[in-house]
Amino acid sequence: MKLFSAFIAGLLFGIGLIIANMVDPHKVLSFLDITGKWDASLALVMAAGLTIFSSGYFLLVKARKKPLLGERFFIPERQIIDNKLLVGAIFFGLGWGLSGICPGPALANVLTGDIKIFVFIAFMLMGMYCARLLIKLTQNKVAVAQIVE
Amino acid sequence: MANFTPFEALLGGSILGLSALLFLLINGRIAGISSIVSGSFKSLANKPQWRWSFIVGIILAPLVTQPIGYYLPKHIDLSWPVVIIGGFLVGFGSYLGSGCTSGHGICGIGRLSPRSIIATIILC
Repeated sequence: MKLFSAFIAGLLFGIGLIIANMVDPHKVLSFLDITGKWDASLALVMAAGLTIFSSGYFLLVKARKKPLLGERFFIPERQIIDNKLLVGAIFFGLGWGLSGICPGPALANVLTGDIKIFVFIAFMLMGMYCARLLIKLTQNKVAVAQIVE
Repeated sequence: MANFTPFEALLGGSILGLSALLFLLINGRIAGISSIVSGSFKSLANKPQWRWSFIVGIILAPLVTQPIGYYLPKHIDLSWPVVIIGGFLVGFGSYLGSGCTSGHGICGIGRLSPRSIIATIILC
């Protein structure tokens, strides 16, 4: 049942991306490029998405102790704005601004069958893996430094 | 603003918001695509199956939208260096920054998380 609802949520997510045309990199790039012929459509995508999600979150989710299926909510609790977050967001913004593709649309585009989307996804996974390595490395360094001290 | 499509944007955005809301309400999970993708490689002990279901759902979405007249682009009209460098940066940045457009932009801001508000301002 949980797997089915996850499937339906994913399906809806993809449908939303396709109807909003966020699957077209050039649509996204024309939003990110505010100096040229700016296309504000994506701001409306975000505004509509936020309105629905946010009202539902504060009215329905917050009133509950646990989700309809499952034992608890998995909601990030971290509040600290650290370098990892800032540097990550900068790199992400550069990649998104360059290609016009973020992870959701990358997946939704798989059925185009275009080799470029598969290469994009492959390099995206590689990027994630490198970030994971980097985080592990720096954590080890901190741990070693603490021991040495 | 030659390509401004307000109707599709509002409709598509509402469906995205609904998807994220239902997913949180029913499964208790945040619809953050980058985390779902990176977490889908976890060992079976971590129960990654719901992540795979969500991903398959996104991939099959064009089959639903085609009959109602919304299509994927015919091909991905980007140069190879852009595909390769863009893909790497998007993956690297979303993992390091714990989220992408969906996780921070919709679910994070929607919960008024300061981390997500800052991250979204930067990534736009």
